[in-house]
Amino acid sequence: MLCYAVAEGTYVRQGPQKKQTMKQLDDSSHNLIEIRNLKFSRGHRVIFKGLDLDIKRGEVTAFMGPSGTGKTTLLRLITRQLIPEEGTIHIGGIDIATLNMAELYRLRQRFGMLFQNGALLTDLNVFENVAFPLREHTKLTNRLIRHVVLTKLHAVGLRGAADMLPSELSGGMARRVALARAMVMDPDILIYDEPFVGLDPISMGVIVRLVRRMNDTLGITSIIVSHDVAEVSTVADCSFLISGGKVAASGSPDELRTAKSELVRQFMHGMADGPVAFHYQAPDYEEQLLGRDAE
Amino acid sequence: MTSVVRDLFNTSVEFVRTFGAFQLFSLRVLRHSPEVLLGRFGLVVKQVFNTGALSLVIIMVCGLFVGGVLGLQGYSNLARFNAEDSIGVFAAFGLIKELGPVITALLFAGRAGTALASEIGLMKATDQLSAMEMMAVNPVPRVLVPRFLGGVIAMPLLVAVFSMIGLFGTHLVAVELLSVDVGAFWQQIQITVDMEDINEGIIKSIVFGVAASMIAVWEGYNAVPTAEGVGRATTRTVVITAIAVLVFDFMITAVMI
Ligand SMILES: Nc1ncnc2c1ncn2[C@@H]1O[C@H](COP(=O)(O)OP(=O)(O)OP(=O)(O)O)[C@@H](O)[C@H]1O
Ligand SMILES: [Mg+2]
Repeated sequence: MLCYAVAEGTYVRQGPQKKQTMKQLDDSSHNLIEIRNLKFSRGHRVIFKGLDLDIKRGEVTAFMGPSGTGKTTLLRLITRQLIPEEGTIHIGGIDIATLNMAELYRLRQRFGMLFQNGALLTDLNVFENVAFPLREHTKLTNRLIRHVVLTKLHAVGLRGAADMLPSELSGGMARRVALARAMVMDPDILIYDEPFVGLDPISMGVIVRLVRRMNDTLGITSIIVSHDVAEVSTVADCSFLISGGKVAASGSPDELRTAKSELVRQFMHGMADGPVAFHYQAPDYEEQLLGRDAE
Repeated sequence: MTSVVRDLFNTSVEFVRTFGAFQLFSLRVLRHSPEVLLGRFGLVVKQVFNTGALSLVIIMVCGLFVGGVLGLQGYSNLARFNAEDSIGVFAAFGLIKELGPVITALLFAGRAGTALASEIGLMKATDQLSAMEMMAVNPVPRVLVPRFLGGVIAMPLLVAVFSMIGLFGTHLVAVELLSVDVGAFWQQIQITVDMEDINEGIIKSIVFGVAASMIAVWEGYNAVPTAEGVGRATTRTVVITAIAVLVFDFMITAVMI
């Protein structure tokens, strides 16, 4: 039988049918997610070569790293949208590779995920988008659904946009609606892929505080992918800098900022020169501009 | 020479692999169909409306003109045998057994099939299907099956509309324009056309409906998730549906005749 780790009694999930599946297993463990020796490639391009990392229960963990380093890919591996070539991923003590489809879906109900581009369902309006998981998984009355959905929309400041279609929203608004949808089932683990991109400073502040508050009051474990070193520093308990298929550095934002490593310093301070190449692999610049290809 | 053989071999292997994957996909869609039909009928109705209403106008216009052409052609041919009264039967057989199902299916592929494929392909390209999976909702019964069933239900209805309007078009041309006797026109149809003939049309329309919808849904679901990939998927939908419909048409006709 499948069991999950649950943040101890922090809240009660809606829906009567859920309760029986809420067996608790391995609640003692400090780490909610443990990744060991993860290897994964896309075609010939190796993305991870032996990545190890632990995500602690109840903390805000950030993944940082240069663009194209595989942060989104890592999130997809953790949620088993992709399957690693080698290595294991344990969530609450369970090896997710061993789950069958039904068990995987039950596990995913404990996840909320904010996709990099929002991924709102285009044929439903904002309200129905946020209500979607509730309608699919619970037998709540319309009244209650309305109540829950409006509360979540209010939290992201978009209660007034409930009747709009996703195509009528700006990028930042769409992302905030997607955030409301990710929270609507009161998940144990919230995953944000680039939540701060395209937000104005005001909504950014609100969202950062929201992320932090959900973590502190509801005991949610959060994983944030972001390039935004400054924002990550204010919100994350622990950051991983992913580069070259491995964890290049980890620690609290302060530790990272003062780290000695060239790579960490380059990334944290945004320098063009350093161990991380700003350019994607390419032939020699001079050669390509002036060489035989130019003709 | 060897490279030609190797290419040929690779292409055949690829074809067999794709065809096998298509069959597995079809089984998955069919397996979820009863539960959607019983449990989420509202979703299906919405899709019948989407695909049916989408194709209705084009089907009616085309039906009228196809019927009209049958009237003109039939008249000029049958008049040589002084049999222009039989023009109704000629048109009715043509429409009910052949042209109705086939042309409707081709128009359906061009109008509703491409819309289905591009809609599903775009949902995939914008991560909507992944988002559903992450919300522990299986996109096969939630997205694919209602669209498939919507097409399957809409097709026979559209075929019926096409054949009826087509016959009306023939009537317009033959009776109103070429002054064939209206009594003879309809009476001969009533005497000659059997339930068996109509059944052939119904069977064809159901088979074409299943084929056209399944191909559209498959192409959308397997589209390369980019703008270009979605475009290619819609084109392939039309081409493959056209071939499948005509091949099935031949096979069913050969069996039923
Ligand atoms: N579907 C795919 N097929 C092939 N390669 C892919 C695919 N998706 C991603 N990649 C490759 O995998 C690598 C990692 O991609 P990923 O999206 O995980 O990067 P990322 O770290 O999230 O970058 P960003 O910060 O820009 O979002 C990239 O080099 C990309 O080219
Ligand atoms: Mg990314």
